[in-house]
Amino acid sequence: MNRHLISAADLSREDALLVLDTADELARVADRPIKKLPTLRGRTVVNLFFEDSTRTRISFEAAAKRLSADVINFSAKGSSVAKGESLKDTALTLEAMGADAVVVRHSASGAPHRLAGWVRGSVINAGDGAHEHPTQALLDAFTIRRRFGRAPGDGTGEALDGLRVTIVGDVLHSRVARSNIWLLHTLGAEVALVAPPTLLPVAIGDWPCSVSYDLDAALPKSDVVMMLRIQQERMNAAYFPSVREYSRRYGLDTARLRQLPEGAIVMHPGPMNRGVEIAAEVADSPRSTIVEQVANGVSVRMAVLYLLLGGLEAAQ
Amino acid sequence: MTAPKVSAPQARESREWVIQGARPLGGEPTDISIRDGVIAAVGPGVVAPGVQVLDANGLIALPGLVDLHTHLREPGREDAETIETGTMAAALGGFTAVHAMANTDPVADTAGVTEQIWRLGRQAGHCDVQPVGAVTVGLAGSRLAELGAMADSAARVRVFSDDGRCVSDAVLMRRALEYVKAFDGVIAQHAQEPRLTEGAQMNEGVASGRLGLAGWPAVAEEAIIARDCLLTAHVGSALHICHVSTAGSVEIIRWAKSKGWRVTAEVTPHHLLLTDDLVASYDPVYKVNPPLRTAADVAALREGLADGTIDCVATDHAPHPVEDKETEWAVAAHGMTGLETALRVVQEAMVETGLLDWAAVADRMSARPAAIGRLQGQGEPLAAGSAANLVLYDPQPRQAVDPATHASRSRNSPFAGLVLPGRVVATFLRGRPTVLDGKPA
Amino acid sequence: MAHAAHPAGGKPGTGGDQIAPIGRTGSAPGPDLPDQGTAPGVPAPANPKTVLEKAEINRALSRIAHEILERTRGAQEVVLLGIPTRGVPLASRLAARIAQVEGRQVPHGSLDITMYRDDLRLRPARTLGRTEVPADGIDGKTVVLVDDVLYSGRTVRAALDALNDLGRPLAVQLAVLVDRGHRELPIRADYVGKNLPTSQQEVVRVLLTETDGEDGVLLEPVGSPRGRGGVTGRRR
Repeated sequence: MNRHLISAADLSREDALLVLDTADELARVADRPIKKLPTLRGRTVVNLFFEDSTRTRISFEAAAKRLSADVINFSAKGSSVAKGESLKDTALTLEAMGADAVVVRHSASGAPHRLAGWVRGSVINAGDGAHEHPTQALLDAFTIRRRFGRAPGDGTGEALDGLRVTIVGDVLHSRVARSNIWLLHTLGAEVALVAPPTLLPVAIGDWPCSVSYDLDAALPKSDVVMMLRIQQERMNAAYFPSVREYSRRYGLDTARLRQLPEGAIVMHPGPMNRGVEIAAEVADSPRSTIVEQVANGVSVRMAVLYLLLGGLEAAQ
Repeated sequence: MTAPKVSAPQARESREWVIQGARPLGGEPTDISIRDGVIAAVGPGVVAPGVQVLDANGLIALPGLVDLHTHLREPGREDAETIETGTMAAALGGFTAVHAMANTDPVADTAGVTEQIWRLGRQAGHCDVQPVGAVTVGLAGSRLAELGAMADSAARVRVFSDDGRCVSDAVLMRRALEYVKAFDGVIAQHAQEPRLTEGAQMNEGVASGRLGLAGWPAVAEEAIIARDCLLTAHVGSALHICHVSTAGSVEIIRWAKSKGWRVTAEVTPHHLLLTDDLVASYDPVYKVNPPLRTAADVAALREGLADGTIDCVATDHAPHPVEDKETEWAVAAHGMTGLETALRVVQEAMVETGLLDWAAVADRMSARPAAIGRLQGQGEPLAAGSAANLVLYDPQPRQAVDPATHASRSRNSPFAGLVLPGRVVATFLRGRPTVLDGKPA
Repeated sequence: MAHAAHPAGGKPGTGGDQIAPIGRTGSAPGPDLPDQGTAPGVPAPANPKTVLEKAEINRALSRIAHEILERTRGAQEVVLLGIPTRGVPLASRLAARIAQVEGRQVPHGSLDITMYRDDLRLRPARTLGRTEVPADGIDGKTVVLVDDVLYSGRTVRAALDALNDLGRPLAVQLAVLVDRGHRELPIRADYVGKNLPTSQQEVVRVLLTETDGEDGVLLEPVGSPRGRGGVTGRRR
């Protein structure tokens, strides 16, 4: 079953570099008058989004269209059970439509795994519950690599060895955090997590990263600070007492920005809570990669679509 | 070993049987004679005309198994299982009695519903069905159900449980424990602190962190068990803990027993064999409540069953139709079938590993559950005078489990495809065969 | 003896789902030909035969450079685009020779055609080569495509499509080091280093100092052990 991209944890260093290098080449398409390649002409990519996400869906749509694929958007708010049609029936419908690839976002961890058992095409995980969001991690790694001037190649490009990445925020509920932790580690980065104890998984001891509760201590030792979005609902479930306290202890404000070493960058997967986990001035500063992360997302997703669909499907 | 020879069609009607060459509790081969629903003798048998002979060469004979924890789904969820199909599945698993849990629709919280279930069991006739009564009305956890009426009914309910839900209100649990003293009842607790397990999907641990599934921490089970053991001691009642699943729970129960408190406990076959690594596939066949735990927990549960801290094996047979399991993990129903695989799993986990011999299996799967359930005529030793409830079991063959061949209406077995030892060959319910040659008699 | 995990084992996440293994071939991908049988009268050589040596390659390139200058009247509005992998150093060498002779720098770069191939579905997705178009672009220019071997013509067809999406050249010409025949499309080269009749049981292997440490063109039977160099021939 290696025709899917469901989990960043399953990407080898080779695979990951191949995606990044391919994305680097495909990024140039954005600079051409004709922003299109014929490679996936006649292939059908279905965006199966059970959770609202205009940004990610549009990114995948743009990526697929730049490769001349046909795109079908299926949006189903709320759980499939509430809608009345089961995930399996939706999958069978897509099969009948001849989807070559299904890009799926779902609130239930493991939904892409189930889908992969019911469709013949490739399944690309665009975010499943708190589990993983592999293309986000890939575009984050791509952004970091570019900012730090590491050279791309033809699958033999440089990785992120030695870079110190600090991920801050609600790790417990974050699929972006999980995918990033595995992928950054695979690419040789040193990963540190900073969060209040309530927002860290219980048995985190054997994860390939260090853990701390002190943001101020971590910042001077970080080349990259990745801020995670904090959800207000977590306050109601007693994960932290108030937004004010969270922001004071774990928010990246301008004072903390100044503690970062020369050349360090600030990232955020979006959407941001300006003023909560990240100050507006920080989000808009030159150190921030938030806008280019979006552009890089299209290139990375083009690379993923090409590598999964652009050649002979791997034998079962 | 030749196939047991029985002359049909009189087989079912015959009142006299000689089972030749069986090994009671795994001991030396001998004959078991049955007459009028009772074991007439254990020793060389006399084959007179009219007596059915069953060649049990190489087979182990155990007293009929008693399940303290089964979900027969009727009334209300007959799409998953009925009393007819569930008890047939039980008989094929070697059971002669099952306790039917109360979370039916309507809930078995009155004499009327419990009697209905009892009658349907007698009608089906494949094994005894002992209804379990709900502790609270509608399992809602706020008012006691009419426990006395259920105890006095034809169903003679003695075990009460809100299983599926926890009786989490400490005062209500205290009252229930006190109340059942009047008729030698026992409260069977499904230990799950509800606030600590809101939205929980799997065991909280290394695997849940990686898989992004909300965790069900062991402490949510252990805290309730500790509280209830102390309550039981304080009011001098009897407590039974359903489906113990953690090492910590075993320790607490061991401590409570050491104090002489009347606490009993059960463990499911799946908790003796499977771990939470299996959830990595996100296949809801592994979704169960309490969840699969770690290897350390499995080891502690096996040890606990071996040293008697855990009194018995109970299947928690929980059938579900395909559409309730063939979904994404988060919306799938909790539960696994277990009646037809129980003895084989226990052999694999406990006998093959040397932790239990067959005599101990008989104790944990027949004698003790019958005692806890206060059942008459079940769990008796294989000796002259006992009710002729027994199972003949071949420990030799090794075969993959195929749920498609099960009598249960549902197919949600986590052991599908797993090679397990053993095969139930025959089951006798008060001298009448319910299963012969591994098939319904 | 707790029952061990699912095939995924202790690994986090899924059961091994990942991107399809990519064939990083290490040699220039060439077009795949349908089976057309052996060309008449040309026997397959038993072991590799050198058909062009270093000196011959240099002479051929010099001649091509002069021909380009002649036909484009001094290479005024010419852009050389090499097709990866080995077309790129060849384009670079041609630009150097033109600069030597005419004293002018001819813009040169690379044009990767992987995304325009017509045979993508026959093998796992290939790694991409670099596309670097000189700053002044190709609009209104004479683009000279440069490749090492011309065989079925499908690579050049893909290159023409790629050029189409990059701009509108005034004209497109083709320079190749070796033309080995067996065209499947109506494509011909404007500048040829060597015409080399071959059978389809043979493989043309090009070595260049920039990519392989030495210069040479070899001819060997299909199925010979993979050595260095770009192989253009029928592949399974």
